[in-house]
Amino acid sequence: MVYEITETPLDVDALARAVGGEGFGAIVTFVGVVRATSDDGRSVDGLHYEAHRELALDALRTIGAEASSRFGAARVAIAHRIGDLEVGDAAVAIAVAAPHRGAAFDACEYAIDELKRRVPIWKKERYVDGDSRWRENL
Amino acid sequence: MTVRIVGFARIRELVGAAVLERPVAPDARAGDVFAALAREFPALAGLEHSVRFVRDGAIVAASTPLRDGDELAILPPYGGG
Repeated sequence: MVYEITETPLDVDALARAVGGEGFGAIVTFVGVVRATSDDGRSVDGLHYEAHRELALDALRTIGAEASSRFGAARVAIAHRIGDLEVGDAAVAIAVAAPHRGAAFDACEYAIDELKRRVPIWKKERYVDGDSRWRENL
Repeated sequence: MTVRIVGFARIRELVGAAVLERPVAPDARAGDVFAALAREFPALAGLEHSVRFVRDGAIVAASTPLRDGDELAILPPYGGG
């Protein structure tokens, strides 16, 4: 399966093609997109992401394998962008294929929740007023 | 002995460098290195309970003893997604 930490724009359709196949009746995709407003209401100009690439890929593979084993042999692909992103850019893309939609939705939600908790990636918000801040997941 | 310290994200910015080499006591543990760093860079104070340490490509506990020449990466809390 596909696990990527990449500086190039994400292609969720490619991920969906990678996980699909005979016997998989459902493909669920999730795309996390850079918002124009921060959680506390500030105007966002863009985001900068960085990763500990080796550990991040290990963690993505582990999460994908867990999602697969917990939710009916789902097939999982996860890609996270690093570098400088603008509002509207895709920061993370996940595709999950499963025989039926329930498992695919559940596995996809599991993957994004665990990614936010366990994958060594960091995000700095850059604001329209020129300020910037590292933002951590709670 | 000497360790090579690699800070990520907020940690790198607070110490002002991506890589630092520092002499440490022969029995130093990962957490001791961070404590010494926090004395040198007071802005790190209070982060000792939220950072993670990486040695040899794996997360290790703060109590992990280090060897001469080890590279110790310091990871602040994650913000992906």
